[in-house]
Amino acid sequence: MKLLDSTDSGNSSSIERTQYPYVTGTSVIGIKYKDGILMAADMGASYGSTLRYKSVERVKPVGKHSLIGASGEISDFQEILRSLDELILYDNMWDDGNSLGPKEVHNYLTRMMYNRRNKFDPLWNSLVLGGVKNGQKYLGMVSMIGVHFEDNHVATGFGNHLARPILRDEWHENLTFEDGVKLLEKCMRVLLYRDRSAVNKLQIAKITEEGVTVSQPYALKTFWNFNAFQNPTAGAEGSW
Amino acid sequence: MFRNQYDTDVTTWSPAGRLFQVEYAMEAVKQGSAAIGLRSKSHVVLACVNKTNSELSSHQKKIFKADDHIGVAIAGLTADGRVLSRYMRSECINYSYSYESPLPVGRLVVQLADKAQVCTQRSWKRPYGVGLLVAGLDESGAHLYYNCPSGNYFEYQAFAIGSRSQAAKTYLERRFEKFMGSSRDDLLKDALFAIRETLQGEKLTSSICTVAVVGVGEAFHILDQGTVQALIEAFEIAGEEAPASEPTAADQPPPEPGVAADQGAPAEHDAAPMDI
Repeated sequence: MKLLDSTDSGNSSSIERTQYPYVTGTSVIGIKYKDGILMAADMGASYGSTLRYKSVERVKPVGKHSLIGASGEISDFQEILRSLDELILYDNMWDDGNSLGPKEVHNYLTRMMYNRRNKFDPLWNSLVLGGVKNGQKYLGMVSMIGVHFEDNHVATGFGNHLARPILRDEWHENLTFEDGVKLLEKCMRVLLYRDRSAVNKLQIAKITEEGVTVSQPYALKTFWNFNAFQNPTAGAEGSW
Repeated sequence: MFRNQYDTDVTTWSPAGRLFQVEYAMEAVKQGSAAIGLRSKSHVVLACVNKTNSELSSHQKKIFKADDHIGVAIAGLTADGRVLSRYMRSECINYSYSYESPLPVGRLVVQLADKAQVCTQRSWKRPYGVGLLVAGLDESGAHLYYNCPSGNYFEYQAFAIGSRSQAAKTYLERRFEKFMGSSRDDLLKDALFAIRETLQGEKLTSSICTVAVVGVGEAFHILDQGTVQALIEAFEIAGEEAPASEPTAADQPPPEPGVAADQGAPAEHDAAPMDI
């Protein structure tokens, strides 16, 4: 474990900070569809490169209008969920009919992530934030250093490379729920085949004006008998 | 000199269950020059009378912008009002830093009221001597609140505070039922008429009043003097002719939408402040 000693603060006590993640989840994908937002993530969590946990929920509801999905350090995600729970609790305690929407939660998280990176103690996650409030769909992302943006479809980690090209080709504004799920499953299947940290147990979450539903975990149908899968190193000269 | 032996300390009760220092603070609001506010579905208008202390001085600012969607008009100790409007500004800007969205008006008003309340319960403090009419627009529409030194707050359709505000209140009470459907310009007209009521015969000119608006598609702003003068002339308010209004139920109390339901009678007459 590599620890960073802080000596610049003037006082003699040295602060130790974790410099890299331990237990991590892989990609999350989010898309807008006709009635709201869909999000997909598998349930694996790796300890380094070991697939250590297989039932970790990485998509969670936040308040009435938002959904958060996380890749990266699982313990940091749990910390984020704790502070969001507190945020929503205090928001509800006003009891005045106002409530935080996905945009507000997204901005709050952006501030939190950027603030922690400024302390050289980042929360090691890429977060996807989606939701619907007052008929407005919202989908955005924040990285561990506070980079944030909105888009019609987003993906973290490997998903950025493998899922987003598919989404760019096939996503459109009027996707039905069924078509949206099919599109997400297509992306998740590609990730399952090509991302070594992905596991074949995933959840899909939906948020609309009516509320949040997170699916039961399920597996995708796979077919491993393609030639390239049978003999992966053929033609890869110089590789073992 | 002293009204009685129970008024030297904010935290001391009188046997009748009153806090005289807090009541004195409420009196300070009535000493200040008048401020009025009224709202429709989409707009809120604030207006106030500018009093100068001497012929040689300019008047003090009595309407402040807290944010694009919130403004405030004050009556009472202007210095206290400035402190509170600075507090409101910083609350607004902190909220939009954290959430990138405007602070709901009702929340700011509660925070302001809580701040005022603390001063009524600490021996080393004094209550703020200022009443605030808070105008704002948020997701739930246009709002007008009145915050007083006692820490109470009320939501109103239309209200007036400060010296001779009773005349403006009477005018507003006669007409408030139409305000919800009023246009922006109708509100401005009624605001100027209401302000004129507090002048007791003095001529209404743009130099003795300030008018501000906030509404849908219109950030809170104080109208410049030329615009106000043009309005006064357009509405022909300057003179002494009676306002063109059909008197409706004149003894209607002002509306108290929900917020202060348990607070007893509204402040339509000059009741002892703590009776509110």
